[in-house]
Amino acid sequence: MLVQGITGRQGSFHTGRMLEAGTNIVAGVSPGKAGFQVEGIPVYETVKAALREHVPDISILFVPPLLAKESVLESLDAGLKKVVVITEGIPVHDAMEFISFSRGAGALVVGPNTVGIISPERCKVGIMPHHYYVRGEVGLIARSGTLGYEIVANLRDAGYGISTAVGLGGDRVTGLNFVDALREFERDVETKLIVLVGEIGGGAEEEAAEFIAEQISKPVIACLAGRSAPPGKRMGHAGAIIERGKGTFRGKVEALEKAGVRIAELPFQVSTLAAEILGKPVL
Amino acid sequence: MKLFEYMGKELFSAYNIPIPKGKVVFTPLEAAGAAEMLGPVVLKVQILAGKRGKAGGVVSARNPEEAQKEAERLFTLEVGGSRASCLLIEQKMQIDREFYLAITIDTTGRCPVVLASTSGGMDIEDVPDEEMITCPIDVLMGLQPFMAREICRRLELSADEAVGFSAILRNLYQLFQERDAELVEINPLVLADNSWTAVDAKVTVDDDALVRQNNLPRVEERTDLEKKAYESGLAFVRLSGDIGVMANGAGMSMATLDMLDYFGGRAANFLDAGGGAGAAQTARALELLLATRPKAVLINIFGGITRCDDVAEAFLQVQKEKDISVPVAFRLAGTNEEEGGAILREAGVQVYRNMEEAVRKAVELAKSGSGEGEK
Repeated sequence: MLVQGITGRQGSFHTGRMLEAGTNIVAGVSPGKAGFQVEGIPVYETVKAALREHVPDISILFVPPLLAKESVLESLDAGLKKVVVITEGIPVHDAMEFISFSRGAGALVVGPNTVGIISPERCKVGIMPHHYYVRGEVGLIARSGTLGYEIVANLRDAGYGISTAVGLGGDRVTGLNFVDALREFERDVETKLIVLVGEIGGGAEEEAAEFIAEQISKPVIACLAGRSAPPGKRMGHAGAIIERGKGTFRGKVEALEKAGVRIAELPFQVSTLAAEILGKPVL
Repeated sequence: MKLFEYMGKELFSAYNIPIPKGKVVFTPLEAAGAAEMLGPVVLKVQILAGKRGKAGGVVSARNPEEAQKEAERLFTLEVGGSRASCLLIEQKMQIDREFYLAITIDTTGRCPVVLASTSGGMDIEDVPDEEMITCPIDVLMGLQPFMAREICRRLELSADEAVGFSAILRNLYQLFQERDAELVEINPLVLADNSWTAVDAKVTVDDDALVRQNNLPRVEERTDLEKKAYESGLAFVRLSGDIGVMANGAGMSMATLDMLDYFGGRAANFLDAGGGAGAAQTARALELLLATRPKAVLINIFGGITRCDDVAEAFLQVQKEKDISVPVAFRLAGTNEEEGGAILREAGVQVYRNMEEAVRKAVELAKSGSGEGEK
């Protein structure tokens, strides 16, 4: 893996945490900092310079918001096919541009404003507190990072672990979406149950519901935030707002239930539903 | 950031989108002066809330005297809780047909989308989906002439009409892109004698892009508290309950409110302290909470990028400075939870590891307590 923005406060801190979680980090990029090392990882001026010495297959970004577009394009231009964008506060026009470019390049962008991806006890490309993530059979897809942590911790306390957990990101426009992630979990032999963590606003959960009805054979639980939120108020920086009567809690619940998804109205109900589906915990 | 109609129209004008002749006025006397110059006019209150027409905020006047009288009324009119500080006075238009035209962001398609309809002038929420023409645009391809032709064909415009419409669409897309807009909307887009005019203008700009949009005016829609929060990088929304809530992450913050609601509590606010909140930011968040004078405070932190010991230390710091008399239910989990928990326990603050327990405690505290908030 490659870390773009490795010398920054978050970049260097999380490089250490990712190494601790078992991730194979081979190089970092920070303009003007070539020749330095972070946690023993060599730093390069550009992605191309790093690729002359190493062969990463994924990049993670900790760069400031206005530099994010250029950094994603740099990775895609150098031929990387997977980019995870942790940065929060990227202008939405920039995000649309690099996501569109990634599609043309046959590459995948996760995020922006995501906590990343983790396969517990193997590899972490992200910022989640990994000591809460133990291996197991639940695949987790979350729009919200911290609510994802909450549910993972809850499942762990009830004796259920995680196969892979992925954060889609809290922004309005993200590269990886529920449908892409659902498709992967359907294929993944280690995943027996899929948990989808959504929230009010937008149409992502409704789109997911349609896809689940048609293509997902594994059991799915959804936990949605914003049941008590007043319409017209934007809850948070970017995503969650009920506008023009769309993206409501009720509408999402109805769409998902129609697709056979079990609904947890509160985080702690997820483990109860998981127990009904998976039976006795294995941990 | 939403722009006022008159600001949106100034932008339209800069992008060669035709607008009615008009003037912004700040007093009834100025309104009379404008009507003198323009003839029969329409007066429109400049506020950000929607449905101002239904609230009586848009009226016609035939002469300066009428304009002055109507302006006097409009300056005292409350729409959506706020009063206008200025009016836009415009020449009354001849209207043959009214269209709807907008560009916004399709979050599912992850691209801009053009929306067009022959049902302009009405509340757009009442336009059925099948009457709305949608055209997604790949940002790398941009708005191509063939897309405009297809939209014109579906709107059943004549060749002459299509020329003017396509020019407006092209200019509107350029504005949308260059000004980092989330929404540009013309409702109605009026057709009269083969010429087009944007009679209303809604422009919303991406807050995350304001740093590079120095030429745009700034409009503040937030309350003072919300503004203070925004400047500190916090997302804060005032609600009507009596339990002050702080959590990290939008989803987590909403789930915290949901759980409060479930156990019979009422939140005084939504406050997302964000990812990676340091000590200073946490302290500011706590100050905001206390300013709503809650009966109890609930802090629910699951640290990933946020470190629990930072939050704990910030809390003790604020407690020392502000003399927090209101009871607190504190939940800490995640990165450095051991360190954070130890710091709080040493200071005699009870800490919960579990969200449900902390939420139940907060509800109980608010019901039994007679806390008066900050002293």
